[in-house]
Amino acid sequence: MGPVLAGVLQLVALIAALALVYIPLGNYMAKVYSSEKHLRAEKWLYKGIGANPDTEMTWPAYLRGILAFSAVGVLFLYLLQRLQGVLPGSLGFESVNPAQSFNTAVSFVTNTNWQSYYGEQTMGHVVQTAGLAVQNFVSAAVGMAVAVALVRGFARSRTGELGNFWADLVRGVVRILLPLSVVAAIVLVACGAIQNFSGIHEVGQFMGGSQQWNGGAVASQEAIKEIGTNGGGYFNANSAHPFENPTPFTNLFEIFLLLVIPFALTRTFGVMVGSVKQGYAILATMFTIWLGFVALMMWTEFAHHGPALQAAGSALEGKEVRFGVGSSSIFAVSTTLTSTGAVDSFHSSFTGLGGGITMLGMMLGEIAPGGTGSGLYGMLVMAIIAVFIAGLMVGRTPEYLGKKIGTREIKLAACYILITPALVLVFTAASMALSTPQNSMLNSGAHGFSEVLYAFTSAANNNGSAFAGLNANTDWYNTMLGLAMLLGRFLPMVFVLALAGSLAEQRPVPVTAGTLRTEKPLFTGLLVGAILIITGLTYFPALALGPLAEGLAS
Amino acid sequence: MNNSVTNTARLLGAGLRALLVLTVLTGVIYPLAVTGVAQALFNNKANGSEVSYEGKVVGSSLIGQQGYSLDYFQPRPANGLGENSVNTQYKLLLSGATNLSADSKDLLKQVDEAKAKVVKDNSVAGYTVKPSEVPADAVTSSGSGLDPDISPAYADLQVHRIAEKNGLTVAQVQKLVDDHTSGRTLGFIGEPRVNVLELNIALKALVAKG
Repeated sequence: MGPVLAGVLQLVALIAALALVYIPLGNYMAKVYSSEKHLRAEKWLYKGIGANPDTEMTWPAYLRGILAFSAVGVLFLYLLQRLQGVLPGSLGFESVNPAQSFNTAVSFVTNTNWQSYYGEQTMGHVVQTAGLAVQNFVSAAVGMAVAVALVRGFARSRTGELGNFWADLVRGVVRILLPLSVVAAIVLVACGAIQNFSGIHEVGQFMGGSQQWNGGAVASQEAIKEIGTNGGGYFNANSAHPFENPTPFTNLFEIFLLLVIPFALTRTFGVMVGSVKQGYAILATMFTIWLGFVALMMWTEFAHHGPALQAAGSALEGKEVRFGVGSSSIFAVSTTLTSTGAVDSFHSSFTGLGGGITMLGMMLGEIAPGGTGSGLYGMLVMAIIAVFIAGLMVGRTPEYLGKKIGTREIKLAACYILITPALVLVFTAASMALSTPQNSMLNSGAHGFSEVLYAFTSAANNNGSAFAGLNANTDWYNTMLGLAMLLGRFLPMVFVLALAGSLAEQRPVPVTAGTLRTEKPLFTGLLVGAILIITGLTYFPALALGPLAEGLAS
Repeated sequence: MNNSVTNTARLLGAGLRALLVLTVLTGVIYPLAVTGVAQALFNNKANGSEVSYEGKVVGSSLIGQQGYSLDYFQPRPANGLGENSVNTQYKLLLSGATNLSADSKDLLKQVDEAKAKVVKDNSVAGYTVKPSEVPADAVTSSGSGLDPDISPAYADLQVHRIAEKNGLTVAQVQKLVDDHTSGRTLGFIGEPRVNVLELNIALKALVAKG
């Protein structure tokens, strides 16, 4: 069997596994967020928080909860790193400097997990486990909470009530993320991922001498890193490191984990709005884009254009033998079309076009299938835009799921889709205009520009992967990428929740013969087209200067 | 005004309490519980899959090593592997890739030089390696810099050299390689591979046996 066929078979197996769990997991999550009952453990947690989980919140209250929780999260994680040197469980590692601590704290709270530090030499057990890994759980749960609030906005009418943030947060962690992570972590350990709290291992080497590596709670962090579409590696090499991703099977398993919730949430959406067909239409849109991107990536990586890759004979630079080109291509597309940003191979050494595909995946807004929660709400905003475009064509007030898309709704949706590109392009332009930020580039020419464009695309879209040649541990990048992550996470959430609030207040309009049927393939086609055209028009000039210039030259 | 300050403080208080209780759950109980299960059921794996030769630990089967002499099978290059620059009381392996681009002149130079060396090292009396026969994994650095494996093609390429250097027959060494080649998992997952450390341990044992 050739590597291309093996790559395709892995893709088929992955799709089959995702299809198998789609309905049960999607239905289960719908039940979790609709249930009236509280588990006993949850009641303890609510008591600890001091919140009544049955109080309904309006959108501003829901938003305030998110902002307060996230602000405290940033501050806590910042202090934990600043104080690492004097805390126990640090392995003797010193405290992290202010700019890097800020960057890392923001990065993990915003579900980005951009890392300007080397995990194995910077973060001790306590910061990794009680700081970073905790945000892996809660930032994912916050994303799902916002998505569920938006879905309730569609499902409910003539009310301002969107649910209770604390209840959605706790349920997301306790009933969804935690059980899945326990199972996944044990599978990973069984395959060779490490899980211990011993200090630095020093072991002998075959030719004499010794090597030192870190122990750590790696498997438990790896599991939620993928399930919560976080992506922050325990080690610098992330999921390319054999202790995080030891075998070909774990590689496929990790791809499955990072895709499973974002895809299944379309089912949750369908169930909660009372029409699973609407969920299928959204799923079909996500799946079409994802599959198309995987096909393109496999094609360009197997073709391995570029002088160095041609000389080597295959695009194996930055890739592990056990995964090979096929499996690495699936991982790269899946991690950049979700908000994960974990890598099993290094995107900077992909072909010019392959690197462009990872960037374009993030630029689409990470909605195919996108991050845990953020993928669904991003895609629903795009659906509103698509419905609006269709409405313009026939001169009819657009509706989606029985709600009128009026001036207020379309303004909020437009703000949502404008904010991230604005952040990416302005910060990239500023970095290119100033002289010092350019010193951080490793490569020169088009690829050097791509490194900077990639960094801000990754930060503003809360992805976290990198063209990692860029030295991002400077005050400029630590600060500016930190700001891009903060604004790229929370401004869109403001618009989404405001949108949810205004949708929930409407009374539903009845379906008539003139209603656009948003559960039909025609709408899926329209939506895919709208996504590609809007993103293409926004980013084409920037892409032309970077990956397209590099890809077409080789 | 005063009212909104109080409200904000109360909200931040709730946020802090939520963070603390969830930290206990997901940052303390969860990792400890997983560690307990892992240590009980998969002790060796949870601690890094260390391998021994003649009673001495010689590394981890998952972590590739550099510095093998030419008597042994060579691993992939690891030009992205680093040394730690902070907390230098330790000498930690700093995993990583080169991150050089496909059109990088530096990368092209690395590939060309590695290829020339592979050709030179492995061309022995009666067996000449052509540059076109050198597989890609022999001349490229992995993503982690710690890739424990090489492709079966690269192992095969080294068989004649290993046989000559160790006074073994080509057939003996080829059998050794074949025995240590893992196919794709279930026939289609990942790529075929040979674990360099395990292969070299077996080689050493074979040579010691005579």
